[in-house]
Amino acid sequence: MKHLLGTDGLSREDAVLILDTAGQMAATQEREIRKLPTLRGRTVVNLFFEDSTRTRISFEAAAKRLSADVINFSAKGSSLSKGESLKDTALTLQAMGADAVVVRHWASGAAQRLAESGWLHGSVSVLNAGDGTHQHPTQALLDAFTMRRHLMGAAVGDDVTGKGLDGLTVALVGDILHSRVAGSNIALLRTLGANVVVVAPPTLLPYGLEERGEVAVHYTLDDALEAHDLDAIMMLRVQRERMTGGGSGFFPSPEEYTRLFGLDRARMDRLTDHAIILHPGPMNRGLEISAEAADSPRSVIVEQVSNGVAVRMAALYLLLSGEEASA
Amino acid sequence: MSAPIVITNVSLYGDTPSDLVLVDGQIASLDAADAPADARTIDGSGLVALPGLVDLHTHLREPGREDAETIETGSRSAARGGFTAVHAMANTTPTADTAGVVELVASRGREVGLVDVYPVGAVTVGLNGTQLSEMGAMANSRAQVRVFSDDGKCVHDPLLMRRALEYVKTFDGVVAQHAQEPRLTEGSQMHEGLVSAELGLAGWPAVAEESIIARDVLLAEHVGSRVHICHLSTAGSVEIVRWAKSRGIQVTAEAMPHHLLLTDESARGYDPRFKVNPPLRTQEDVDALRAGLEDGTIDIVATDHAPHPDEDKDCEWGAAAFGMIGLETALGIVQKTMVDTGRLTWRDVARILSETPASIGRDEAHGRPLAVGEPANVTLVDPADAWTVEPAATDSRSNNSPFGGIELPGRAVATFLRGTPTYVDDRFTALTEGASA
Repeated sequence: MKHLLGTDGLSREDAVLILDTAGQMAATQEREIRKLPTLRGRTVVNLFFEDSTRTRISFEAAAKRLSADVINFSAKGSSLSKGESLKDTALTLQAMGADAVVVRHWASGAAQRLAESGWLHGSVSVLNAGDGTHQHPTQALLDAFTMRRHLMGAAVGDDVTGKGLDGLTVALVGDILHSRVAGSNIALLRTLGANVVVVAPPTLLPYGLEERGEVAVHYTLDDALEAHDLDAIMMLRVQRERMTGGGSGFFPSPEEYTRLFGLDRARMDRLTDHAIILHPGPMNRGLEISAEAADSPRSVIVEQVSNGVAVRMAALYLLLSGEEASA
Repeated sequence: MSAPIVITNVSLYGDTPSDLVLVDGQIASLDAADAPADARTIDGSGLVALPGLVDLHTHLREPGREDAETIETGSRSAARGGFTAVHAMANTTPTADTAGVVELVASRGREVGLVDVYPVGAVTVGLNGTQLSEMGAMANSRAQVRVFSDDGKCVHDPLLMRRALEYVKTFDGVVAQHAQEPRLTEGSQMHEGLVSAELGLAGWPAVAEESIIARDVLLAEHVGSRVHICHLSTAGSVEIVRWAKSRGIQVTAEAMPHHLLLTDESARGYDPRFKVNPPLRTQEDVDALRAGLEDGTIDIVATDHAPHPDEDKDCEWGAAAFGMIGLETALGIVQKTMVDTGRLTWRDVARILSETPASIGRDEAHGRPLAVGEPANVTLVDPADAWTVEPAATDSRSNNSPFGGIELPGRAVATFLRGTPTYVDDRFTALTEGASA
């Protein structure tokens, strides 16, 4: 692996390798001294054209625990907010000797463009930390890691090395159209053998998703709970700007959204006993998820955050350690 | 005035072999024996002669964006592509919405002298879609504008469109509509379909084009005006125009070379050279456009030549400008997609790339027959001179071609504007050596 641009091009073999490596990384994080010397002397640049404190901090922690030098480059107060192009930024990073660039950008395809345009020469690896409404691969990998840990062993903490998510049924609920988290999750879940259920108002579904027949689609959460025994349910964040304001009007009101798609106590009680609840954060409590659901024992939302660090450590390690996995 | 020229044994319209004697800006004879003694002779064997090509849809960028193209560089690129006339779109800075600006463009075109530059006038002031521009003043200016368009933007207000369609009847003008429903295409980046869903790029749905075309053909019928549809790109649009023509509505339509050859699959690498408006559609749409061109539903091919400097294309998709250059590749793509596939003859190519665009634009000196006494606006095509497109090797100031590396079967090898060679291939350099052109 040279770059990690999306989950759509990721083989099962590579995905499982990342998850297994993340398992090893997670184990090291329970030691007293958590820092590993693996990437000493390597430079990781966090290039954030969009605000995302959570994702940036997670990547920063991952790189630092591997002893890499970290440079943070973000939109506010830098040349990025003064209209410097992605290309010029790339040339600057190259000149500074970056070994890996972790990029978050508002434009779909920005990470791929950075990796493939020829702006960066040599051996710089590109990690996509979210590009527009396209992909956010490390989020999907950390979600898969979390689901595998909880659902693929006889008990949590059992060895799940080498496993995928075969046979699980996982629902994604919310704004599928604009969600890079959904984009990456749908591809990765299918690669790892899970059945994918998508729940959204028709206004927030990507063109042709139903016709493609790769996932089951429902227009209300109740229908989905009726039709499937879910092993995991992932509630997606509803962006405020997708609501009624500005004429975008993807749904009539937050109240109606909550009535049809919100995960509340009653709907949570209809889940199978072992089912877990995920959310990529940050949550809108009371909108897509009630406090009861978010704070329930089924919720693995806080654990997702710590697993995120382990998965990002694994990704950085595999891209930078020179270990030749299949491209 | 250029020296007399004799082209021997050239195939007129791909049919009859003949000679062409060009004297004093006219076709003086079809027999080399009539040539003056001082005439320069070139061998037309294996070549096809067409009336000089006419582009109804060109962006020359001057005034305002001379970093992308000038009237001079655009004219040079047009001549190289076989064109003797181009219609320069109005979305310049300032907008071509007054007699002053259109006269400036026309007079600069005359100074350069490589193609006849017909300015297109804006339908609305500043392309703002709210107030009609002084179309009468532009029509009556020395530029004699007959084609009006807000191209780049849609005249989306139905009442304003109705008024524009009615008003241009005053001077036998035509409104060329950029059919794009603005609300349905807010933030759009590429064709809305399976590929856009996969790439996470905001979609430009076919219905946003088709709904405007449907409305406008009905408006044209209602007020008895003619309407021209720019850059038709969807199968549904072809259906609507076919239906409108069957009802006798005075509608004409154009297709672009890139829409005849490329599909939305090209967007997969996020390379902005493939970003264009209207966007590249699906193979089904490509097939429908070819069929529409074959059966006459689509009247013409125009280039939508849209130069952009590197900084507007060598970037991420979402930040890039829409558009691609196309003057030098149009003829080769028409040959590849329509002639070599048996759908059209060279006689048809003369119609779709010269006669009909000249007629829609009321360019009286262009699109004329290759006959004695007619203006010597002639394009020689070598249909067997296959070449591979190299975007950097263009006469345009910009090189944003999506066709790099594609092989085209033929190309223009000489272009004559009123008897003067405005472009000649290396093999004919004898024609221009020592000449005043």
